[in-house]
Amino acid sequence: MLWIKTLARQIETTPLGTAISQSAWMFPTIETVHVIAIALVVGSIAILDLRLIGLSWTRRPVSEIADEILPWTWTAFTVAALTGALMFVSAASKYAVNPPFLIKMALMALAGLNMAVFHHVSFPRAALWDARPPAAARLAGALSLLFWIGIVACGRLIGFTIQ
Amino acid sequence: MLVEFCKWLGGTPVSQVIQDVEWIIPVVQTIHILCLAVVLSSVAMVNARLLGVGGTRVSVAEMTQRFLPWIWWAVLLMACTGIILIAGEPPRSLRNTAFQLKMLLLATALTQTFLFQRSVRRNSVRHNRQTAAVSLALWGGVAIFGRLIAYMTPDS
Repeated sequence: MLWIKTLARQIETTPLGTAISQSAWMFPTIETVHVIAIALVVGSIAILDLRLIGLSWTRRPVSEIADEILPWTWTAFTVAALTGALMFVSAASKYAVNPPFLIKMALMALAGLNMAVFHHVSFPRAALWDARPPAAARLAGALSLLFWIGIVACGRLIGFTIQ
Repeated sequence: MLVEFCKWLGGTPVSQVIQDVEWIIPVVQTIHILCLAVVLSSVAMVNARLLGVGGTRVSVAEMTQRFLPWIWWAVLLMACTGIILIAGEPPRSLRNTAFQLKMLLLATALTQTFLFQRSVRRNSVRHNRQTAAVSLALWGGVAIFGRLIAYMTPDS
């Protein structure tokens, strides 16, 4: 795993990496934007997840809520990913060996996989079940909620464990 | 007086437990952030509708009914988790300019949200765009100063 350490070291010594780690205001600013962006990702995806599970806004069809919300979720996710990448670049070798960070990335991969399966298996037939999602779609909603709660928890833990 | 109060609060048994049990602060902060997600997203949904940039298939009244209760309940839970965080380390927040500004913005945001909710109930919503801009600025400010508490720790 030596190559990971070498690579991480190269990343954090780039001009961008050192600029962020040496500035007093850049990291707090990036982190604040990251927190707001991830709050919007998690909150907006939860609106859809809760609808899929059948816990809220059940008088509206799932596809209508998805159309309305997902573009905002993706915009917020892009901001969260960019700011997250900037924080990573500022201290790559610390993040690369930080367990909560690694678990967070794994949970994001699982959340992505869950979403991909939902979009290819259940969602194309949404017209047939728009008012009452089938078990597979409800499960996708529940898993998504769990993954994102885990992602937030691991994100917060990074702050306590990185050094 | 604030210094004395922080000392007293920090010496209470409750504060000692929060300081000594390692997992309490991370868990409580995680709940606090998840509630922030609920609040900010709900605020964004209502204001997107007011601005006419989202959710236009439903009425302002329906959007408000769907999301305002979530804002109030999440804020209540945030107040509880926030109090635990303060009790665990009183001077970190109480004597912190970022925290004080956050509370000021929060009080203003809650008042504005309450007045907005009342005007929806009375069917007298006006100045949609201005209302939305003020609401977004206030809640955004609450989140920004909330994060900055960690960076503006006062000298004990």
